[in-house]
Amino acid sequence: MLQRSGRMLGLALGVTGATAFVAGFGSAAVAEWKPRKPVEFVVMAGKGGGADKAVRLMQSIIAKEKLAAVPVVPVNKPGGSGAEALVYMKGKKGDDHTIMFTLNSFYTTPLRQKKLGIDVTKFTPVMRMAEDTFCLWVHSDRKDINNVDDFVKAAKAEGNKWIMAGTGKASEDNLLTDFLNTAYGLDMKYIPYKGGGKVAKELAGKNANSTVNNPSEQLGFYEAGKTKPIACFTDDRIGLFKDAPTFKELGKDFVYYMQRTVVGAPGMSDEAKAYYKDLFTKVFNSEAWQTYRKKKALQGDPLSGEDLMAYWKKERDVHEDMLKKMGELN
Amino acid sequence: MTVRTAELLMGLALAVLSAYFMWKSAELPIGWVPDVGPGGGAWPFWLSTAMLASCIWILVNWVRRVGPVANNESPLFEPGNFLPVFLVGSALTICIALIGGIGVGGFEGIGFYGALPLFLIFYLKVMGNHSWLVTIATAVIIPVVTFLFFEIMLNITLPKGMSEPLFLPIYAFIYSL
Amino acid sequence: MLEIFGLLAQGFTVALQPFNLMLIIVGCAVGLFIGAMPGLGSVNGVAILLPLTFLVPPEGAIIFLAAIYYGAMYGGAVSSIMLGIPGASTAVATTFDGRPLAKQGMADKALTIAAMASFVGGTISVILFTFFAPPLAHVALTFGAPEEFALMMLAFATFIGLGGDDLAKTIFSICIGLVLAAVGLDIMSGEPRLIFGDITGFLHGINFLVLAIGIYGIGEMLWTVEENAKAGGKSMLSEATLTWQRTKNNIKEFLGTWKISTMGAFLGYFVGIVPAAGATPGALLAYGIGKQMSKEPEKFGKGAVEGVAAPESANNAASTGSMLPMLTLGIPGSPTTAILLGGMVIWGLEPGPRLFTSNPDFVWGLIASLYAANLFALILNILFIPAFIWVLKLPFTILAPIILTLCLVGGYAPTKDMHDVWLMLLFGIVGYLMRKLDYPVAPAVLAIVLGPLAEPALRQSLLISSGDPSIFFTRTFAGPIMVVALILLFMPVLMLIYRRLRGGGKRKAPSESAAE
Repeated sequence: MLQRSGRMLGLALGVTGATAFVAGFGSAAVAEWKPRKPVEFVVMAGKGGGADKAVRLMQSIIAKEKLAAVPVVPVNKPGGSGAEALVYMKGKKGDDHTIMFTLNSFYTTPLRQKKLGIDVTKFTPVMRMAEDTFCLWVHSDRKDINNVDDFVKAAKAEGNKWIMAGTGKASEDNLLTDFLNTAYGLDMKYIPYKGGGKVAKELAGKNANSTVNNPSEQLGFYEAGKTKPIACFTDDRIGLFKDAPTFKELGKDFVYYMQRTVVGAPGMSDEAKAYYKDLFTKVFNSEAWQTYRKKKALQGDPLSGEDLMAYWKKERDVHEDMLKKMGELN
Repeated sequence: MTVRTAELLMGLALAVLSAYFMWKSAELPIGWVPDVGPGGGAWPFWLSTAMLASCIWILVNWVRRVGPVANNESPLFEPGNFLPVFLVGSALTICIALIGGIGVGGFEGIGFYGALPLFLIFYLKVMGNHSWLVTIATAVIIPVVTFLFFEIMLNITLPKGMSEPLFLPIYAFIYSL
Repeated sequence: MLEIFGLLAQGFTVALQPFNLMLIIVGCAVGLFIGAMPGLGSVNGVAILLPLTFLVPPEGAIIFLAAIYYGAMYGGAVSSIMLGIPGASTAVATTFDGRPLAKQGMADKALTIAAMASFVGGTISVILFTFFAPPLAHVALTFGAPEEFALMMLAFATFIGLGGDDLAKTIFSICIGLVLAAVGLDIMSGEPRLIFGDITGFLHGINFLVLAIGIYGIGEMLWTVEENAKAGGKSMLSEATLTWQRTKNNIKEFLGTWKISTMGAFLGYFVGIVPAAGATPGALLAYGIGKQMSKEPEKFGKGAVEGVAAPESANNAASTGSMLPMLTLGIPGSPTTAILLGGMVIWGLEPGPRLFTSNPDFVWGLIASLYAANLFALILNILFIPAFIWVLKLPFTILAPIILTLCLVGGYAPTKDMHDVWLMLLFGIVGYLMRKLDYPVAPAVLAIVLGPLAEPALRQSLLISSGDPSIFFTRTFAGPIMVVALILLFMPVLMLIYRRLRGGGKRKAPSESAAE
């Protein structure tokens, strides 16, 4: 109805934003199954965060391009680093109207909280929409820091007075900080904050010495000349920051991405699985999503089905290994 | 029960609750971690301690008969006042239990739109003594308005429980418009 | 300066296009209704309607959402006054005096004052916004965890005046609110705490709304049911009537509060600018300071018009203030602006320091639309007052189940979890019994709002300083704020000692009557 009232508003105001997009192909089986009530789109994070924004963008694309006959409704379940969302999805076994948007806490939370009894390989793989990247950032006023060697020198000099801000304990940012500490023999102090936007602001306001933000979180400050990337945790250099090398280039083989993936409830029917795969392929190929990917320096090809499952298994093992090294797991 | 007795019982109950919070908070470090500041359990633990302390203070006031409540020997509920409060409280409790079930016996609940009319009929007929016409009209209009406003306009889906299948044709109709 | 007028004029040409003007009016009306529903504040309103805006161009979209935000801020007061249930945390302080006024049959007065104070707060803050946006943004940027904690201490200091006569029970109420605020995940250690035997429903913590709707919605209903039984079935509110004479008087009374409304506007704006603080602490501070400024502080809490004007002016000013870090820095000043920010990204804008130069049409169009939104929200609000008053004329036995229905939806909607509905019922019943025994409940509700802001700020600060508390006193902004907060906090004690030493004064000092 939201789309509907939107449509009516659009018509009434004489703004026909988009022409109906009719997919004329797809196997017969795909055409068979359609959602019969509003689809719940669970977000493993709170309102206003990066994942939430992406979900609301997808919701808008689906509404605008009329890709689904029913509304897709975001439901935020941020509790316990995603534990709440995972337990909720587990309880929705066999449900064809519940999907979830996941981050890397998809791997780390079940590993750290074993008693939840979550096996992520039981979930239904739908579509990997993107992989977000990470870079090491410092304030632009630090004219003495222009490359990783400068950074290491400066951070060493300050010892544990060097403050690295990040999002939450044992999160992606924490993993990367630990990696830097180990790889370069540093003793940076990690301060957890709530949300990547807040972290980016702490650096721009000089309340932290460095961060390992996603480019999207620092982009505004970067463009205003307040912060600068030193190096990135990617395979290849990021188009927006051609001058920032990758840690791989510098001889530290450390590549780390944040998955942005749509997951179905465990035991979802094959017909529904095919429907959502088709739906999110259309979302992925939409102009709005492609623009968003480019703006946010997102990487990662679309991945679904068995390939996505294989990716999960690989990433889960990688995270288990990292958490063990951090001493968060034994 | 007099107000004075209720004050004692409430003070004791809240003291037990405070102690329970203290015990649960102590699952995380409650002391000062060197170089870090207070541990993860410190905030709730010490505030629960303050809760316990104020409960003890309240109980001391009770013993010493300090303050109007501790001296109030009149009944907590005047005759005839307890029943309506109890009825409304119970009706609400039963209504919530009916919406989503209580996790016993696989009962999923009859959903918001199943339980709400029952609650409305009870309230209007028993508490309000309205005519059947007013009662039934309200019991129909409020759920329908709720559905249209929250579910259709604002996309806030409310729990349906067992009544879910009944809504599929309604959705099919609305989304085909 | 002249340049700003030029830009603003250009902005008005965007905002006053018929299409955009229509969006402003529709947005204000929609926001007003969503804000007036208990449980659906501006955050939910903006989040729910975000996808709609994809259909209009970005300027129109932000104008529409900003109008909803504004309308919801006006509407928040309606639920506080009429039902005694704060629809959002920002409107908690409005219940303190708005509710007693309504109970005395002066709902029309409370609603008029709230609307006009909101207008004053909104307009003053937009003017401040127009002329001092970029420099203030830079100050806001330097605010870190120590400053946030100092600001929270300042808000706590104003609590002192909100308790009942019984100090022990007031302390209990504050502490239980702060403890309940700690339920869920501890972000500093990444460990769940106080989840009471791994009940997953506690993992997302205890939402402020669950406690507020429980205590003020269900608890208040039970209370009124009992009152009604005592009175033999009379309506819960004395009916307010609406006449020209009364309206004129209401406006006159509002004009009498101009000092306090203006104070609220400035205070709310500056507190709102601080990222993460948002409108709630601003409204509380304004209430506390308003009480100190008032000639009749003893009336506060019993239906003082100033007690409605101060927080309403401040929370609207803060909602404008919180847009400043959003537009200039790309960081949200409140949960609602976090969603607006998401919207801007969806529309293809890059919020941040360059926005003012790269998209002047957008920024100035928005600023101009805020002026217009304020005006329309005021007009609509005033026009709707008769409708709100009419609702109160329904028999209590019809109104009560409607309110309870709204409570059920409001408790469920934010998290979509029945667990929270049960918790709400529990808080309602316990809160009702506590009220019968003279436990003040407002401090608990405020504590659960401020707790999640204060605790991480405290621990982040101490982590930065390696456990050295002097960090709160040695920084440029944190130091003075902290000192003022501590003085306010201990003022009642100091005044007591002072009075004892002087052998007891005849006239009560304002801060002392605040401690009553």
